[in-house]
Amino acid sequence: MTNLLVKLWTPVLVMLGITGMGQMPIFKRYYVADIPGLGWLGEPYIVHWVHYAAAAVFIFLAAWFVTVWIAERSEITATGWIRMMLLALLIVTGYVRVIKNLPDVHFSPLVTMLIDWTHLFFAFLFGVVALWSVITGRRHYVRRKL
Amino acid sequence: MSVKYVYTKCSTHIFFYYSGVKMKKIPSISRRSFFKAAGGAVCASAVASRKAQASVLSEELMTVLDISKCIGCGECVAACKESNAHKYPKVKKPIPKMFPPRVKVEDWSDKKDVDDRLTPYNWLYIQSADVEYRGKEYEIHIPRRCLHCINPPCANLCPWGAARKEDSGTVRIDEDICLGGAKCRTVCPWHIPQRQSGAGLYLELLPRFAGNGIMLKCDRCYEKVAEGALPACIEACPEGVQTIGPRSEMIRYAKELALEMDGYLYGLHENGGTNTVYVSPVPFEALDLVVEKGKGKPHLAAVSNSMENEETLTSALIVAPLAGVAAGVIKVISDIRKGKRYD
Repeated sequence: MTNLLVKLWTPVLVMLGITGMGQMPIFKRYYVADIPGLGWLGEPYIVHWVHYAAAAVFIFLAAWFVTVWIAERSEITATGWIRMMLLALLIVTGYVRVIKNLPDVHFSPLVTMLIDWTHLFFAFLFGVVALWSVITGRRHYVRRKL
Repeated sequence: MSVKYVYTKCSTHIFFYYSGVKMKKIPSISRRSFFKAAGGAVCASAVASRKAQASVLSEELMTVLDISKCIGCGECVAACKESNAHKYPKVKKPIPKMFPPRVKVEDWSDKKDVDDRLTPYNWLYIQSADVEYRGKEYEIHIPRRCLHCINPPCANLCPWGAARKEDSGTVRIDEDICLGGAKCRTVCPWHIPQRQSGAGLYLELLPRFAGNGIMLKCDRCYEKVAEGALPACIEACPEGVQTIGPRSEMIRYAKELALEMDGYLYGLHENGGTNTVYVSPVPFEALDLVVEKGKGKPHLAAVSNSMENEETLTSALIVAPLAGVAAGVIKVISDIRKGKRYD
């Protein structure tokens, strides 16, 4: 079970990244949605639903890892801290966005704009840090594996 | 959520509007009600003194359109154009060619007079239908514009925070930050927002490669409403087709009106509910069959809640962290039982 959850981490984050980018209408514009099997990336509602579903799986994994980490008190790596902070910010802004999408909930124009922009900005930063971590061989979050 | 509106004056048009026949027919909808919902309950008394007033918005505003009254004169369309002309996009030409070529420039700047469909320069138009119902001939005219959904998918799925719902219930697109991706038009069940290329923020970023202009649609004359006046289309209507007021009162009025004319409602439940309700003596299914539909010409079919799946998936997002913690605790307990030490 532990191995399965660990193995899910990266694919779920990749799916969140793809469907996150897909919130902007770029996949249809740049022919990605024309590739057989990827047509759904050009359907705004489907991309949105998949983003929600992947977020739910990711939140489950994150809560699981954090709980086990608290018990183990494993030492977190420097890039692990940076990525965890960015993921926490993504989770917070993502939840605010989800709340905003509920009926009878809306925020001020400024908050609405800032939530979208910060979520996008943190996702971009996370992508950069995650890539850099992989390229430089610093992919582990904790020194001792969970 | 509430917002404070500051009133510098009260429009005399409201006096005119509320002194009409409508008041006799629907006594529950008073000038006071409109002001109360719009945040100006005390505005009426300030007409003489014209003192600035501030109050708190208590309820979203809804419009009810009695389309049995509409004669299709187009006064509302003309008033909308005149009142909102200052908001229309200032196009910088030549408009950059898009990349890749499949992305088409949408330029209405030389067709500003088009008024038989929705365009970036025409946020309201009259849809007409000749129908026979229960052995009677009807010539129905329907003013069409954004319905201002209760949970607007255009605002919820805009990735840039440019489309949003406001406390008044008005759904607006911020032309200063909109990039013109037109996702709002795609996800709108009626495809209401219209794009004008060659204007907006995208020109300052990567004009050929991202964005394609700005999206425009009815903003329910938000600035006029904030000043205590009526939206231009309502003010200009010689037949009193439209009524605006607090949502709860408007729903009551629309239902009473439908009962009175043995008619039908459209917009109350469409897309999970909107702040625009049409009341017609003819079923909307029948009207939908005969009205001209297409680009910029919205349908009148029933619409289910576009955000329903998101609302369901929100439950998963509530459960997910709790389930994750529970699974983590189970793993830790299981490890301890197996003899693993947690220091």
